[in-house]
Formats: sequence, C-alpha cells, structure tokens
Amino acid sequence: MTVALLDVRDLKVHYDTREGTVRAVDGVDFSLGEGQSLGLAGESGCGKTTAALAIMGLLPSNGRIAAGSIEYGGYDLAKLTDAQLRAFRWRHISIIFQGAMNALNPVRRIGEQIAEPIILHEKVEREVAMGRVGELLELVGIHRERSREYPHEFSGGMRQRVMIAMALACNPKIVIADEPVTALDVMIQAQILELLERLKRDLKLSMILISHDLSVMAETCDTMAIMYAGKTVETGSVRDVYKRPNHPYTKDLIGAFPDIEGPPHLPAYIPGLLPSLIDPPSGCRFHTRCKYAWQRCIDEEPPLDAVGTGHRSACHLNTSERPS
Amino acid sequence: MLRIRILAALGRARTFWAVFRKSRLGMAGLLILVAYLAMALSAPALEAAGLLRDPALINEDAQGNVLNYQPPGAMFAMGSDHIGRDLLSRMWFGSQYTLLIGFISSIFSMGLGTVVGLVSGYAGGWIDEILMRVVDFFLVLPTLILALILAVTLPPPGKVDLWKLIFVVGISLWATTARLVRAQVLSLKERQFVLRARAIGAGDGRIMRKHIFPNAFSLVFAEGILTIAVAILTESFLAFLGLAPDEIITWGKVLQDALLHSALASGLVWWVVMPGFLIVGVVYGFTLLGYALDDIVNPRLRRR
Repeated sequence: MTVALLDVRDLKVHYDTREGTVRAVDGVDFSLGEGQSLGLAGESGCGKTTAALAIMGLLPSNGRIAAGSIEYGGYDLAKLTDAQLRAFRWRHISIIFQGAMNALNPVRRIGEQIAEPIILHEKVEREVAMGRVGELLELVGIHRERSREYPHEFSGGMRQRVMIAMALACNPKIVIADEPVTALDVMIQAQILELLERLKRDLKLSMILISHDLSVMAETCDTMAIMYAGKTVETGSVRDVYKRPNHPYTKDLIGAFPDIEGPPHLPAYIPGLLPSLIDPPSGCRFHTRCKYAWQRCIDEEPPLDAVGTGHRSACHLNTSERPS
Repeated sequence: MLRIRILAALGRARTFWAVFRKSRLGMAGLLILVAYLAMALSAPALEAAGLLRDPALINEDAQGNVLNYQPPGAMFAMGSDHIGRDLLSRMWFGSQYTLLIGFISSIFSMGLGTVVGLVSGYAGGWIDEILMRVVDFFLVLPTLILALILAVTLPPPGKVDLWKLIFVVGISLWATTARLVRAQVLSLKERQFVLRARAIGAGDGRIMRKHIFPNAFSLVFAEGILTIAVAILTESFLAFLGLAPDEIITWGKVLQDALLHSALASGLVWWVVMPGFLIVGVVYGFTLLGYALDDIVNPRLRRR
C-alpha cells in the first residue's frame, strides 16, 4: 500500500437530538492512499454520509466530532476550527453531493455556480474563472456554451457531470463522491462511473466513493471499508473484501446481490433492521442479526484486527471458536 | 458580453410577457394601473395646457366671492370644496402623492421585511427568537390601528411630514413580509445547494445574498405589489384622519375635507364618491396585478 493521504482513525460523530445522542458514526477507521479510490459501503443509515460530512467539516449544527482523528497532510481536520477548515474545503478535499438535482441552485446559471469556488478560493477575476469553467465543462463532456444555462435545462446525468466539474474546480487532491450514481439509470450510471475513473487517472485524484451498491465499488475502487451501524466492520482491498469476505455482515451483504449466472432465485436478505443508534446493542453491533452470534458477541466488542495483508475485520470468529 | 446579457434579459422579459398576457385579470389590473400612472404623470402638463386648474387655487367669481360648495357643472366638472378649490383638479393631482407614498413606503417595507426575514430564518436560534418577537409586536395590532398609533405617538408629536408618513406606513406593513420571507428561507436553507455553497467556502452573508435571496425574490416581488395596495389604503386612512402633511394633496385628504364639511348632508355626492372610487380602483388594480404575478412566479401555482 502507498502512503496514506487521508487517515481516519476511530472517528466518532454524535448528533444531539431530543430523543438522546445519536451515535451516527461510532468508530470508523479507514485510510486513503494517494491516487487510490476507497469505497465506503453499508446499508442506509449506517453513517456513510455523516462520515463524509465530518471529513469536510460540514456537519449540521447538532452534530459534533466526539472522538477520533482525521489526518490529512500533517493536520488533524477533526480539531481545526471552521475558519481553518474553509481553507481545506474544495482546494484539498471536495465533495460530489448525493442527488445533483438538489445541490444546484435552481435560479443561477451553472457556469456561475462552477466559478463560485474558484472566485472564492483563488481570488481571481470573473473572466479568468469563467475561462476555467469552460475547460472544466469540456473535461466532463459538456459543451462550454452550456455554461449559460440553468440547472433545469440539464438532464439528470448532465447535472451530475456539472457537479463533478464543480468538485474539480479548485484542483483538489481528494474527491468524495456521495452516492454519485444512485438516482441515475443504469446506462448513465456506467457513463458517470467511467468519467470518474478517467478523471481520477488523468488528474491523479484520490477518491472516496460512498455507495450501498457493492457492484459499483467492485468496478471502480481499490480498497473498501464496510460499515455497519456507525462502525467499520471490515476493510481491505476490493479483491480481499469481495472475494474473501471475513465478517458475517460483509458475507450477507455480498450474498444479497443477485447472481445472473446462477439458478434463478430471489436474492438473500439480512433479516432484522439496523439497530437504534441512540441505544446501540452491546458487544458486536451486528449480533442482533448475525447467524453466528453467541454470548461473547453480546458481552464483548470485537476489535478491528488484521486477517490478512491490509485486510482487517472485526469479528470474534477470528480469535475464538464458536461454542456449539 | 454586455450585449448578450441585454439580449438574454430581453428574451426572458418577452417570455414573461407572453405568460403574463394570458392572465386576463392581471392584464386588467395592469390597464387600471397604467391609467392611474397616466393620470399622475399628465397632471402638470394638463395644468400647463389650461385643462386643469391649480389644485390649491381658491376660485372666485368676478365679484370676488369665493365659489365654495359648488355642485358639478360647467364651471367645476366635479364641484368645488369648502374654500372653493376645484375638486377635479385636486383629485387628478392627488394621484401623484398617493401613488408615490404607496410606492416608497412599500419599497421600504419590503426592504426591511426581507432583510429581517432572511436573517431571522437563516440564523435561527435566539436571533430568530428576538426578531420574531419584534415582528409579533407589529402583527398583533391591525395594520390601520398600528399606523394610527405610530403616526400620533412618533416624534415630532402631532405633526406628520411626508417622510414620517412614509415611514409610518412602511413600518406598519413590514412584519407580514418578514414572516413570509422567513418561512421561505426556513425551507430554502435546508436545501442541498445551501450545504454545497457552504462546502465551497461561501460565508453566511454570501449564502444569504447569492443563494437564498434569489430563490425568494419572485415571492418578495409579488408580495411587494400587493403591499403597495395596502400601503395606499393605509395612507388614505391616515390622511382621512388628518394625519398627513398640509402641503400635499392625496385622496385621503380630499375625503377628510368632505367629512369635515358634511359633504353628503349638503348633497355634494361627488366629493365623497370620487376619491373613494379612485382609492378602491387603485387598490383593486394592484391587487389584481399582485395575484396575477403570484400566480406566475409562485412555483406551486404555476400553470405554464
């Protein structure tokens, strides 16, 4: 593995709500190597987006980083003030938001919106910024003349391209793509993923791809981290995680994907629901749904330990036999 | 570049016009308002041409008798008032200040209401709490009562000059706008493009100015047109009660003269009916136009 560019260690993000403290992210570990792409997977509500927002320093007002570190370029982003973070945002780390339809301001031309971070961060003249906008649009496969149009004049896939152009506006090192293809149809998904991959290669970007779609990750990522109820349960190279999954949750998740070559049957599912994040289960969080769980899983939290080279998993099955 | 911008703006204006023309009530409102505007603008020219008398002139006959309380006739198309001034001329000129006060106080009210609504909705927390309690103070009393109290109590006591009148009308109306804008901002600030704006490094001021306000502008504009109607009504009410500067003529003041000199009892119906009709007409015009604009710019009601 290459030197880590971004290193997230035991990150905990809590939201204070009326019902209590929601531990949306409660111990997330992953690292992103230079020029690599990392997939962050897990079912809805497991804290993927919260983790991304924490890295960007964009948590809503009731959210806070309770513990852990986000190392980037010698700084711990988790400890910087909002004003200091502003310097990092977009110039070093940018984000492609979930759902491009809502992330564009409906009453402003897309060119102006792409130019905005350039003007804000590089203090350049409007004309210079608009020139860059043209280049960025062509980079993502949109004719530069269209910079004068409004978001509603673009199709869903095109809007996602606009969002990507915007994310690249200040030449960031890391791009976080939060469900970049979720709302798009399969044909467009493939186009957008291909575009992201090409950009990553050409611009030497590092990327964090957040998705619940493991097949998308298998295609585009180098490493992946599987999250369950706010915790990283398994990390490793895509090959290791996908081909030799260690954690029962990962296995179930992969098992839930239909196999088009096998005999036709309904895909498997994981019974039960994601546990409450206000009052999470003791021990291993997955024990309420895990078919292997025994007493130790309820009493003791399994550590995220190495199970191979660069492959780590948090399951008691790795260190002890299940009593029969 | 500038040329392209102007052309684009013209194009948008043309599209808007095409949609607006289909609204019959809106067109009716616009026609009414154009007539009123023509009245206000033509007054000085008509006077110069000798078609209107000086509205402040006390008319006398050849013997030097004041021609007061004249019924409508060959001499005065709409009669004369208690000191012999031409009522037609007074009403024609009255349109000037009535419209002017309506416009300026509405702009003042919209400006204040928009800024308070934006800050209140965007900032939330205790700032919102304080600003909204101030708004509540202005909302609990009916507009006309509030305007009346303010006109009487604000310094200098007992004297209302033009700017004080405009201030009083504006300050009586801004609270509704503030509420409206705040409600819109509360919904807009949760939209993802605001988060994105924050992510790219935009500060609060810029987000409010460049991202939230443009999305609320069409609403503010339509509300502004409706507010002019209320502003004119409020001003007429104050003038009717004598809370208007002496040097200006408005329809409310003509009505006050009529009231003080028992116009109806003297059978001088025109004196009462005409200013009343003019006030109702202009309010109706602005209301029709305002609702038509609301119809077009309000995305929920839009039928393009």
